[in-house]
Amino acid sequence: MINAVGRDIPEELLADGKEVYQGKNHFDGTYVQKVAPKTRRCETPQDGKLCATIREACERCGAHDGMTVSFHHHFRNGDKTAAAVMKVLVEDMGLKDITIAATSLGDAHNNVADYIEQGKVIGIQSSGVRGRIGEVISAGKLKTPAIIRSHGGRPRAIEAGEVHIDIAFLAAATADECGNASGTGGKSNCGSLGYAIGDSRWADKVVVITDTLVDYPNQPASISQIDVDAVVVVDEIGDPAKIGSKEARVSQDPRELKMAEAVADVIAATPYFKDGFSFQTGVGGPSLAANQFIEKHMEERGIKMGFSLGGITGLVCNLQKKGLIKKIVDVQDFDNNAVADMGENPQHFEISASEYANPANKGAYVNKLDFVVLAALEVDTDFNVNVITGSDGVVRGAPGGHPDTAAASKCSIIVTPLTRGRMATVCEKVVTVTTPGDCVDVVVTDYGIAVNPLRPDLIECLDNAGIPHVTIEELKDKAYQLVGEPDPLQWDDQVVAVVEARDGSILDVIRKIKPYTFE
Amino acid sequence: MVIEKSAMAGTLESSDAQVTVEPADDLQISVSSSVLNQYGRQIKATVEATLERLEVTSGHVTVVDKGALDCTLKARVECAVFRSCDISASDVPWGGVIR
Amino acid sequence: MTQHVTRPKPEKNRLRRTMMFMNAQKPGLIKDAYIYGADTIMLDLEDAVAESQKDAARFSLYHALTTIDYGDTEVLVRINGLDTPHWQEDIRVAVAGGADGIRIAKCESAQDVKTVEEHILMAEREFGIEEGRTLIMAALESARGVVNAYEICTASDRLFGVALAGGDFRKDMRVKVTESGIDIMVARGMMLLAARAAGVQCFDTNFADFKNMEGFENEVRQNHQMGFDGKSIINPRQIRLVHQVFTPSAKEVDHAERLVRAYNEQASAGVGVFTFEGKMVDIAHVRDAQDLLKLAKASGVYHGDL
Repeated sequence: MINAVGRDIPEELLADGKEVYQGKNHFDGTYVQKVAPKTRRCETPQDGKLCATIREACERCGAHDGMTVSFHHHFRNGDKTAAAVMKVLVEDMGLKDITIAATSLGDAHNNVADYIEQGKVIGIQSSGVRGRIGEVISAGKLKTPAIIRSHGGRPRAIEAGEVHIDIAFLAAATADECGNASGTGGKSNCGSLGYAIGDSRWADKVVVITDTLVDYPNQPASISQIDVDAVVVVDEIGDPAKIGSKEARVSQDPRELKMAEAVADVIAATPYFKDGFSFQTGVGGPSLAANQFIEKHMEERGIKMGFSLGGITGLVCNLQKKGLIKKIVDVQDFDNNAVADMGENPQHFEISASEYANPANKGAYVNKLDFVVLAALEVDTDFNVNVITGSDGVVRGAPGGHPDTAAASKCSIIVTPLTRGRMATVCEKVVTVTTPGDCVDVVVTDYGIAVNPLRPDLIECLDNAGIPHVTIEELKDKAYQLVGEPDPLQWDDQVVAVVEARDGSILDVIRKIKPYTFE
Repeated sequence: MVIEKSAMAGTLESSDAQVTVEPADDLQISVSSSVLNQYGRQIKATVEATLERLEVTSGHVTVVDKGALDCTLKARVECAVFRSCDISASDVPWGGVIR
Repeated sequence: MTQHVTRPKPEKNRLRRTMMFMNAQKPGLIKDAYIYGADTIMLDLEDAVAESQKDAARFSLYHALTTIDYGDTEVLVRINGLDTPHWQEDIRVAVAGGADGIRIAKCESAQDVKTVEEHILMAEREFGIEEGRTLIMAALESARGVVNAYEICTASDRLFGVALAGGDFRKDMRVKVTESGIDIMVARGMMLLAARAAGVQCFDTNFADFKNMEGFENEVRQNHQMGFDGKSIINPRQIRLVHQVFTPSAKEVDHAERLVRAYNEQASAGVGVFTFEGKMVDIAHVRDAQDLLKLAKASGVYHGDL
């Protein structure tokens, strides 16, 4: 069946009431029946929940073949917990048919790629897939299609019972013997535990893993003892130095700065740019750099930001220290400055992924967002964005909060160079749709700006401000003129991944890629 | 032209290509690229057309492409071939066989 | 798909507020250097290119010049010094590729200009390029070059301007960069005088510490006050500021527009002595006002019909 972004969704995926994507806010106002976890009653006085090893915790929580486990990715490339737990489950305990429902997976979890190849891990549900896991998924080695959900779509699916987590393994910088846990105050801090909070409340069993055990009670706690079954102390849960990987640095690249400046000019030209506005940026070079140019416009107008949302960087914290931001609302920290700020700044608040972006609760923070600035691997002439598959068709990205913030904000801006090397970023049809075009308002490139024709009001704003803009087709034509028109990718029939829209409908599928030949 | 000795031109930086030519009895072109799936065919066609223009009929030509545009591919192939004949530094036929 | 771009005939007198240097050997840089909005792009075969890559840079330059559409941006080529084995081939490739002009590095005398001019003419004939099309600018990089500025400025009809190249000049003078600019103040002044006397343009040297935006702004303001036409730049981030400083204010534009309109009305009415707002005005002021409007238009702050 062809969905609202023109993608052909195989009928067999539309069982059990699953629908195809039918447009932004299609399910607005409908009702959802939430599920609840199965919880063991603890009525008697307790000595605590400490286990000597990960294995002991797994056994105590009834780890079994065919179960679904979850992890958070607050340590990003520095995560050491998920790989360690998976090693215990598969190599030490010999378990099989495991599904991993993580908030994101990447280079830190390359052993999972082995377990997929061995058939021990049969399902992956994640908001991002990078590294070798993406390669083996694209090679068709995972038994069931991977499911890609946004950061808002994931808690929606969990709360609706579409994914049932048997055991959540949650790394925490500090924990006490009863499981009160936090992302700060330990030796390996990650700041916000936003992605872990929902899992702690919806999984049947919850194991908190820490390298810093503190006195009871560990307050304030992100994860509460009432949700925790077991606590394990390990040597190191993750390497905080790797949280701020290279994409979270401030750019000195003139091309990125030029685009960032244009982004700030667009923002300042809209009516939403007024005192108390709200703002979020991704961690791509130009998105991050937009912060510094926004600062100039704020000073000129003498206005302040009401709140900064999302993945938080030290740049945002610095703006707050200068008095330009009232509150920071934080689901994830992208560098160690933000992590430190989370631990010491009373105006820096932690929220869960559901509070952040879930479209199926009574109103998430993204619904109050004025602007979001996001990157893209590709944007097409329908304004659809791809952030999951590379130009070779291989899964190597993360929708993260991209689809949620683009859909819910008043003005979503995609910023990307027109070409990367020889790859046309603005193209005829994106390889995979991860954010539908009806959620994207403005595309800023190094060759010019295009506004979605669905937003004539924004076009007028740009015209009034004297900001030149072109059509998205003109940008695409320029890109193809530079790099040549790409050949279509050669796909197999096998579906290796399903991309869910944030509302749970099917946005696109990713198929197995055929090995390239010149014939 | 005849490839007289091994020569190389270009770099492995993004948007560039490194081209190596070696003397051989037959003509073999090998292309690896960071954008193989979408541009492999066009890269190979550009390299072949350039060699044909230079009348190179034998030799082993290896292209390690990092997303170079056609104009860069041409420049790197031509320079490697001219270097292999030691005639790259002066009196190059700009606008003649180099076009 | 080879479709050679044809560049419009170079204009000797045009807006040249910013000249951005780009290594001709770096495909990632030169493929679209025009997007930053510099008035002139300088594709560099000299200092930026390693000695062992001079040949490769020329192949790269030739295809860039003939395939990349740089639009209205002026494209010049900096050739290697006349004391190197490279400059003759540099001239051949730049002319064959259709570059708008050639920048002579380390120019010391009128003879240097004449030598380059001679080789440009030979190349224009060899490659069937319109004779006289290729412009020249000279970089003064030594005390001798600066002292000979006037003879250099008047050595060729092709020569549109001179620029100071601070790095080598300071070495020659045995001075270091100063914040005030006193180190090269005399050279700047001498060069400006010579250029104005000869009726050609004059450009200041680049400001190397591109992270020091405050120091850069001070220098650009001083350049503008001294009468420079523009400046060499090494980082695209410097462009916006130079253009801002060199852009006429709204008040200046308004005055110039009124002056030119008044002149046009009186001239078409056949009035002999031109008066503006009750005062007699020298015709040179009209030309200045016309130039100012041209600059304002190019800078995007004047959209009128003059």
